[in-house]
Amino acid sequence: MDQKGYRRGSFQSSTSDEDMLEIAGASLDFSMADDDPPLDREMGGFSSYNGGGMNGTSTMMDFLEEPLPGVGTYEDFNTIDWVREKSRDRDRHREITSRSKESTWALIHSVSDAFSGWLLMLLIGLLAGSLAGLIDISAHWMTDLKEGVCLAGFWFNHEHCCWKSNTAFTDRDKCTEWKSWSQLILGHGEGAFAYILNYFMYVIWALLFSLLAVLLVKGFAPYACGSGIPEIKTILSGFIIRGYLGKWTLIIKTITLVLAVSSGLSLGKEGPLVHVACCCGNILCHLFTKYRKNEAKRREVLSAAAAAGVSVAFGAPIGGVLFSLEEVSYYFPLKTLWRSFFAALVAAFTLRSINPFGNSRLVLFYVEFHMPWHLLELVPFILLGIFGGLWGAFFIRSNIAWCRRRKTTKLGKYPVLEVFVVTAITAVLAFPNEYTRMSTSELISELFNDCGILDSSKLCEYVNDFNSTKGDDLPDRAAGPGVYTAMWQLALALIMKVFITIFTFGMKVPSGLFIPSMAVGAIAGRLLGVAVEQLAYYHHDWAIFSGWCSQGADCITPGLYAMVGAAACLGGVTRMTVSLVVIMFELTGGLEYIVPLMAAAMTSKWVADAIGREGIYDAHIRLNGYPFLEAKEEFSHKTLAMDVMRPRRNDPPLTVITQDSMTVEDVETIINETTYSGYPVVVSRESQRLVGFVLRRDLIISIENARKKQDGIVSTSVIYFTDHSPPLPPSSPSMLKLRSILDLSPFTVTDQTPMEIVVDIFRKLGLRQCLVTHNGKLLGIITKKDVLKHIAQLANQDPDSILFN
Amino acid sequence: PGCEFLFPQASMMFAQSTQKRACSVLLIALLCCILSPPAQASKSSEDIRCKCICPPYRNISGHIYNKNVSQKDCNCLHVVEPMPVPGNDVEAYCLLCECKYEERSTTTIKVIIIIYLSVVGALLLYMAFLVLVDPLIRKPDAYTQPLHNEEENEDARSLATAPTPSGARANTVLERVEGAQQRWKRQVQEQRKTVFDRHKMLS
Repeated sequence: MDQKGYRRGSFQSSTSDEDMLEIAGASLDFSMADDDPPLDREMGGFSSYNGGGMNGTSTMMDFLEEPLPGVGTYEDFNTIDWVREKSRDRDRHREITSRSKESTWALIHSVSDAFSGWLLMLLIGLLAGSLAGLIDISAHWMTDLKEGVCLAGFWFNHEHCCWKSNTAFTDRDKCTEWKSWSQLILGHGEGAFAYILNYFMYVIWALLFSLLAVLLVKGFAPYACGSGIPEIKTILSGFIIRGYLGKWTLIIKTITLVLAVSSGLSLGKEGPLVHVACCCGNILCHLFTKYRKNEAKRREVLSAAAAAGVSVAFGAPIGGVLFSLEEVSYYFPLKTLWRSFFAALVAAFTLRSINPFGNSRLVLFYVEFHMPWHLLELVPFILLGIFGGLWGAFFIRSNIAWCRRRKTTKLGKYPVLEVFVVTAITAVLAFPNEYTRMSTSELISELFNDCGILDSSKLCEYVNDFNSTKGDDLPDRAAGPGVYTAMWQLALALIMKVFITIFTFGMKVPSGLFIPSMAVGAIAGRLLGVAVEQLAYYHHDWAIFSGWCSQGADCITPGLYAMVGAAACLGGVTRMTVSLVVIMFELTGGLEYIVPLMAAAMTSKWVADAIGREGIYDAHIRLNGYPFLEAKEEFSHKTLAMDVMRPRRNDPPLTVITQDSMTVEDVETIINETTYSGYPVVVSRESQRLVGFVLRRDLIISIENARKKQDGIVSTSVIYFTDHSPPLPPSSPSMLKLRSILDLSPFTVTDQTPMEIVVDIFRKLGLRQCLVTHNGKLLGIITKKDVLKHIAQLANQDPDSILFN
Repeated sequence: PGCEFLFPQASMMFAQSTQKRACSVLLIALLCCILSPPAQASKSSEDIRCKCICPPYRNISGHIYNKNVSQKDCNCLHVVEPMPVPGNDVEAYCLLCECKYEERSTTTIKVIIIIYLSVVGALLLYMAFLVLVDPLIRKPDAYTQPLHNEEENEDARSLATAPTPSGARANTVLERVEGAQQRWKRQVQEQRKTVFDRHKMLS
């Protein structure tokens, strides 16, 4: 239960880049929090719902004493007590329901309390959708800014600039209003010098954007870097990280996400969009007392906000809800399911009305083809699944190794320089190849696209025989020279993306992982698809093809292979199952492709699981040492509670507080000498019979408050936790009753309880600590950190890597 | 904290406990007011189009046709003018053409880009202010509150509790704003130490 170790770290700045942003004033203020009532500020009208009487029966005296502000709140980097929060919410609800019969106003109050959840979901959906629209439009514009500018209005990107003009059929991307940088500066766009100038401008813009992003992150909101999903997973399991979902983090994450995506780095915006949506959820929770005061209810709202975030990223509301259920949330009550869906739907609708892509689509790579596929094609699909699994395992291993190096060696001391170098390398390598020069979403969109008669891209340059075309249905054709060029360019792009993403994910700018993995998979899928298509065309008389793929028929769709490849790679990295398939099928708008997608997703998950157990987010959680108790894995060892509990055999005995024989001074000594976050209260030291459990923070606040406000409380005053004060001679100073902060129903197990059951209890109930008794007497305590260390030890991992409480 | 800096007048009027709530409400109202007009902006004539792409047919080369028509008129017969093929071939030609109705809102795009650029500009200015101007203001300032002097002089390791005395609060707007700004700076400093120096989070 050691929680102070990290705070008293070194206060000397050790990064060399920090000199520029040295800000004066370094004393710590625990009361500073976005969403926490400070410890000792006057809060007029702070009414809390029965914060003290968490145990049900309370006497008249307890009702009259208002709980102190600060009691029942948590410190930073601590785990919440789920049981306490849930029972507090039930008490609050009971109180409102019982009061609603008294007057009309109370009735209205109770009705509005019931509806506040839905109103909150509506607001979250609106805000998340608006922010996603802003991000999409700005990112689109800034990505094109690297290549040129629109003379008709600088705010138009390439596509919108050429919207009005009548372009020729063969040269569809050129229009007079759009000028590339070399055209603007030199006056013409051809020639080696123009190419070099374009190259140079591209690299300069990319560097400018990424440097701006990292400086904003470092200067204003350091929590805005990275993907955000591992930390949100931990927060949703009960951990508190103050400021992670605050206003400044929201603003900076939105702004720098656009900059990072536009700079051409190999990252996506889906993961950070989940973080943005959760920030919106957290900020909007402050409007409603029901959610502001209660950490457990707030986490329900955050689950729904995460669903809204994925929904706007992919245009997939159902997939978003399933993603929240499967990947992000820890406890997902059924009530949250309906509300999450509502929030996701509102968010998708808001985004659609902002219309970022100009054709009422939510995502850039929505596919619309409905070609049938044949059962024999399952073989290449499973091959793609195997590739996805292998790539996923490879990516996780190498990315974790690189991030660990960043954490522990000197590499981590130069974050700004690291971003600069990675962007420079990415930009320099990306420009020559047209498939890496375009933004990754556009690449995926082009790869998913089925070649119709009107497509003029290089990938669709097949040898056309116009006399045999019947309507729009193109048969399988021989590949033209354009296709061969595209193939090796795509192969180079694949190699580059595979390696550069390892170094990009985890940098100190907002970075997501979905789009790069989908790009890798889509490239691999398209390559395989074109290969199979050409094989079927040139050898249509082979036994495997002759049955279903005769000459002149359209049987192989390379776009479908790209989609299946994208799903396989994404599944291999994140180990998503249901949510992945649902997201992909919502992207395609049809049920035809469910079987190939499922086959590929399952194969990739099995292959990746065979190599390494964890997905990328769990691996990052373990790397950072967050106290996340994995809910999906079974604990299968035969240890007992007494092997894990503290104190161990050679340790000093358990620090306890007696129920009515300790003075204020004794308790303060205990608090100062130990760093535990809570103390059991026993009847007496000899009997060691358990009364309850009291938290350190509550004790500190109550004693300080009593010293200031109550008369006669001195260091020799006796503290009692019982209902009635103990009999003492009349000359002794007045006594301090602290029964209201005592938890009278702590969870206990006996020392012979198998650890399987203990771990199950911790998971299912969300406990922070559990007391261990022997023959009815208090023996020791097991905390969540002890459980995590024990699991790590048994899995042969380093138990000291669990850092937080 | 940052919001109090932006709306000092509003922060004077509200009580401490509702300050954060009012701040959030103001932010949301601002965002909705800014984003809803573009979403409902009336479609000007240059914002809709029907785009027909016709591939090469026999000896006619491919062509793209754009025209401002409504969605029900968006088909080959209305948009492709002049028709390059004689009357009996029109149907065959039109089968090959692909017509799509698209609409966009230029107002939305313009407003959003301008909002984005102004926010980035404001943040850059604020950062420049914090880095360059602020240290110059703080030092020669003779009038600082006792608490500020204490903060700068005392050892960084000592754990100070609430910086402001709970009783006599500094009531002028500027001092409250400064107090909020100092608290925010400390918070960012702490976050930066956690993420960049100690690498405890977000490796």
